[in-house]
Amino acid sequence: MKINHPLLGPRNESEFTILGDAKLLNRPNILESNQAQAFYEYLYLRDNPIGMHRELWFHEQGDRSWLIVTRNTLTHEISKVELAANVVNKEGQAK
Amino acid sequence: MSQKNRIDGGLIDRQSTLNFTFDDHHYTGFKGDTLASALLANNITLVGRSFKYHRPRGILTSGSSEPNALVELIKGSTKEPNSRATTIKLFDELKAKSQNCWPSLKYDVQSINDCFAPFLTAGFYYKTFMWPKSFWEKVYEPLIRRAAGLGELVSLPDPDHYDRGYRHCDLLIIGAGAAGLMAGLVAGRQGLNIIIAEEDFLFGGRLLGENEEINGMHCHDWIENVVNELKAMPHVRLMAKTAVFGVFDQQTYYALERFTDQIDTIGPRQIIWEINSKHVILASGATERHIAFGNNDRPGVMLASAMRDYTNRFAVRPASRVAVFTNNDSGWLTARDLDKKGIEVTAIIDVRSEYEHQKIAKKYPNIPVYSQDQIIKVHGYNRVKAITLLNGAKIHVDGIAVSGGWNPSIHLTCQHRQRPTWNDAISGFVANEASLPSGMKVAGAAKGTYTTKMVLQDGLNQANIVLSELGHASSKMHTPSANDDTYHGKTFWSVKETKQRAWIDFQNDVTTKDIRLAVQEGFYSVEHVKRYTTLGMATDQGKTSSVIGIGIIAETMNKSIQETGTTIFRAPYVPIAIGALGGPHSGKHFRPTRETPSHQFARENNAKFVETGAWLRSQYFPDKNESHWRESVNREVLGTRNNVGVTDVSTLGKIDVQGKDAAAFLDKVYCNTISTLNMQRCRYGIMLREDGIVMDDGTVAHIANNHFIVTTTTANAVQVYRHMEFCRQCLWPEMDVALISITEQWAQYAIAGPKSRHLLEKIIDNDHDISNTHFPYMACDEISICNGIRARLFRLSFSGEMAYELAVPARYGDALIRHIHEIGKTFNLTPYGTEALGVMRIEKGHAAGNELNGQTTAGDLGLGKMVSKKKDSIGNVLSEREGLTDPMRLVLVGVMPCDSKHKITSGSHIFANNLACIPDNDLGYISSMAYSPMLNSYIGLAMLRNGTDRFGEKLRAVNLLQNQDIAIKITSPHFYDPKGERLRG
Repeated sequence: MKINHPLLGPRNESEFTILGDAKLLNRPNILESNQAQAFYEYLYLRDNPIGMHRELWFHEQGDRSWLIVTRNTLTHEISKVELAANVVNKEGQAK
Repeated sequence: MSQKNRIDGGLIDRQSTLNFTFDDHHYTGFKGDTLASALLANNITLVGRSFKYHRPRGILTSGSSEPNALVELIKGSTKEPNSRATTIKLFDELKAKSQNCWPSLKYDVQSINDCFAPFLTAGFYYKTFMWPKSFWEKVYEPLIRRAAGLGELVSLPDPDHYDRGYRHCDLLIIGAGAAGLMAGLVAGRQGLNIIIAEEDFLFGGRLLGENEEINGMHCHDWIENVVNELKAMPHVRLMAKTAVFGVFDQQTYYALERFTDQIDTIGPRQIIWEINSKHVILASGATERHIAFGNNDRPGVMLASAMRDYTNRFAVRPASRVAVFTNNDSGWLTARDLDKKGIEVTAIIDVRSEYEHQKIAKKYPNIPVYSQDQIIKVHGYNRVKAITLLNGAKIHVDGIAVSGGWNPSIHLTCQHRQRPTWNDAISGFVANEASLPSGMKVAGAAKGTYTTKMVLQDGLNQANIVLSELGHASSKMHTPSANDDTYHGKTFWSVKETKQRAWIDFQNDVTTKDIRLAVQEGFYSVEHVKRYTTLGMATDQGKTSSVIGIGIIAETMNKSIQETGTTIFRAPYVPIAIGALGGPHSGKHFRPTRETPSHQFARENNAKFVETGAWLRSQYFPDKNESHWRESVNREVLGTRNNVGVTDVSTLGKIDVQGKDAAAFLDKVYCNTISTLNMQRCRYGIMLREDGIVMDDGTVAHIANNHFIVTTTTANAVQVYRHMEFCRQCLWPEMDVALISITEQWAQYAIAGPKSRHLLEKIIDNDHDISNTHFPYMACDEISICNGIRARLFRLSFSGEMAYELAVPARYGDALIRHIHEIGKTFNLTPYGTEALGVMRIEKGHAAGNELNGQTTAGDLGLGKMVSKKKDSIGNVLSEREGLTDPMRLVLVGVMPCDSKHKITSGSHIFANNLACIPDNDLGYISSMAYSPMLNSYIGLAMLRNGTDRFGEKLRAVNLLQNQDIAIKITSPHFYDPKGERLRG
C-alpha cells in the first residue's frame, strides 16, 4: 500500500505506523462537565468500520508528520491524505 | 545407453552436455533441458510416489502446474524438497532424489496403503481418529506426522541468501507467450517503459512447444526475432525465471525471480521484486487439464500439450507408442506433431462424435480415430502398458497423451476475491472483466482466446489500449499471419464406466469417488469439498485438478458449473520459499544493531554485552580473575559507591523541545508540572497514557530559555517521541513548540560516586563552577570541556550517589569515554554496565521497566502526588477512575528474604503464611531482584496489595515453576540511603 503524503508524494506503507480512528483528534475539553464519561467515550468508543474510514498514520520513517488518511478498509483505496495539524487548525478556526 | 529418447530439433544446445544424478545414478542432458526433459531423454519415467497411497508416479506436465514430479534437490549439506522437475533448469552436477518412497522408488513399503484404499477415502482422518480421545496425542498424531508430508526438511540453516528489490514501469506484462511478446513489441516500439516477466527460463510460452508458422517463419524463429528486438530496447526489461505471484493494493505486484537457483553461489538465490505499474497486461496463458479415467495416474500418462513440449521444444521422445485421449481439438495437434517426429500414434480417442471433430479430423488421415469413445482402464504398474476402451478394444501403448481442455490462468485476476465466470464455449473459467484489479487487462489464452492469430491480435489490441490510456500514439503494426483454426472442445470430466479409481488430484491422491462420496455425505460447498477431500490443497494448488473437481461436483449435484463456483484464489500463485520472503532480513540482518558511542572502548575493556531492543549495551566488565558475573557486578557497585564509576547512558531517549510554548506543552504531556521549573534545573517527570496508566518516566532539563531536553527510558524512546508528536500535531497544533529526537546525536555518560565531582573538575573547562553551591543536585547547564568542546552537564542520579550526566556531540563520545577513563585512574574509576546500574537502582527503589509495565499508575509506584490536579494533562482525568484509585491496588514495596542466604526470584508471587497458593490468595508479585553487595543480601521490588501498610510483615515468595517457597519481609523500597543524603553531597 502507498500513502500519498501531502508534502512528500507517494510513500510506501512500511514507512508509517497506524494509530486508528481519527476521532482521537477530538480530545474532550478538560472543562467539560462529566469529564470522565467524555474521556471514556473519546478513548474507548472508536469506530472500526468496513469501508471508508478516517485514520491516523504517523510517518515515522520519514518526516514525522501525523496524517489523516481516508481509506477504504476493504479495498485499501485511499481517497484523501491530509496533514493532521492542518485539519485540527482548520476545525479549530471553524469552532 | 545415454539419452536414448533424444530426437532431432528442439531448443537445446547439444554442444553443452550437462551431468546430473537422480537417485545416485549418473545421467547426461543438454543445456536447455529441464530436469524432467533430461529424465525423459534418459528413459526415466517413474519419478516419485504419491502422498497418500504411495502410487508410482511419472511426469504429467512440462511446467509449473506439475503435481507429480516432485524431487529433492541436493546441494552440499542441504536439500530442497518438493522441487518440480518440470521447472528446474538443468545444470551441471545437479543432484536430485525422488521422495516419499522407502527403501527405493521402485519398491516402496508404504505402497501397501494402496491396498487399504477403501479405508482411506475422503475425510479419512476426520472419521478414523476420533476415538478414544486419549489416543490422539500419543498414538495418532505421531503416526500421522511420520506418514504425512512430502519430502524432508534439513534442520540446518539455509546456506543461500535471498534479496528483495523494487521496480517501477509504465506497463507490466505478465507472461511472454504469443500475447505477451506481441504486446511488448507494440508498446516497446512506442517507447513505453516495460517489464516483461516470464516464469520459464525461455521466452515464448506455449509457442515453445508448438510446431507452427508465424509471419511465414517457424514460431521459434519468430520468438527469437521478437526477443532480440525487445532486448535491444533500453526501456524494456525482460525478466526470465520470474513468476508474478501476487496482486496487491494500488497496482503493486510481487514477483519471485529464481535468480541463480541452484546453479552457482554468486548472487542471491532468489529475489522477490515489488513491481509498481499502473498498467498491467496479464498474458499468463492457459494450462491444460486432464481427464479422470481408470488408473490415469500411471507413469506414461501425460498432458497432450506436455508431450508436444517434450517433442518440439526439448527434442525428447516421451513415449514410443502413444494413444491420444481428448475432448477437444488441441489433443489432435499432439498426434500430428508426434507423427511428424516419427513417434507412433496408435489411436486418437475423442469423446466427441465424428460430426463434432470433423473439421480437425480432415487434416489427420493416417491415424486410427475412435470417436465417441473413452479410455476406461490403463494397464501396467510402473509404466503404462496398454489401454482398454469403452468399445472393448485393448491397445498396447507406453504413453497416453490426455487433453481435457484448457484452464485460462486467471489466478492473478481473482486475488481480491473476484469470482471468475464459466465460459461454456471454451469449457473454462475466465476472468470477470468488470471486476479486474485496477489497471489490469487480460490478453490471449488467459481470457480464453485459443488460436495463435487471435492471441497475437489480442496482445496487439491490449497494448494499443494501454498506449492510448497513457496518451501515446497507437501502433500502426498489423497482426502477423498465423494459424487461425477455430478451437472446439466439449465439456467432459471423467469416464463414468471406469471401475478402477480415476484420479483428479494426483499429488493429494483425490479420486472421482472421493468427490462423489463427499457430496453424498453432505458437503455441498466447493470450499467444504476441497477441505474434506484435500482436493487442490497440495503444493501445486490444484492447477491441473481443481476445475475437474468442480466439474464433478456440479455433475454429482446436478448443478451448473457457474452455480458450483470456484474456491477463493489467494496469493501466492507459485510456492515461495520462506527464505525468499525474509529476503536479506535474516539472522543479524533482521534489524540493525545499534552500538553506543563507547562500544569500541567497552569491547577493548572486555565488556560483556546485552541486547536491549536494538541496542547492544555493556552488561558488565569482568576482570581477569573473576569467574562469575556477580563478582564483577559486586565490584562495579562497590567501586562506584566507594569511589567513582562511569557508564554509558546514551541509549536513553533524548528529545529536544523548543519554542515559546515549550513549557506549557510539557505541562500537557507530563502529569506533573514542568512550567515552574527554573532555568538550569532538572525535574523528574512522569508521562501517563490517556487511560491513566504510567507510560514512561524520565527527566526534564530546562537547559536554556524556551529550550528543554527531556529523557525517556531506552525501551520507550520511539513510542514516547511518537506520542509527543501526536500531542503536538494532533491535539495542540496551535502551540509554538518543536520536537526532535536527539538520542543518537549526543553521547551521554553517567559519572557517579563520591569522587565524581573531583573527576569532573579535571575534565570540564575552568570557567565552570560545579561546586555543590553553584551546581546542586538537579542542576543542569551548557558547558565546555577539554578546552572548548561543547557539552551539557546534568546533575542527575539514578544510582543514588552524587552523580552527573555529561553529554557531548556523539562524534566525541569515543574520545570522551577514553579521556574519562584516563583521568579516572587517579580516582580508582570503575566502568560499570547495566547489571550494576540495575543493582544500584533496586537498592534505591527506583521504578524501571519491570515496574513501568503498563499496569501501574503513578499511585501504585508511590508517586501519586505527582499527578497535578491544577492543570490538564494526558491521562489526568482517567487516572481518577475508580479502579485506578482503589486502595487495594498493588503498590511498590521492597522485599528481602528473612534468611539473607536465600535467593528470591523475579516473578514469584506473594502469599500470606498458611494460605494456599491459589489465585484467590495472591497478594502480588516480585517485579525486580538483585543481590545487593551493600546489604549483603538479595533484595527485590514487588507490587503488593495495600503494600504500604505491610512494611515489616513477614510473607512468602512462592515460585511454583522452580519449587521455591521463601520467607520474606516487606520493607520500604528505598533500601539504601533512604533520605538521599549521598546524592546531594
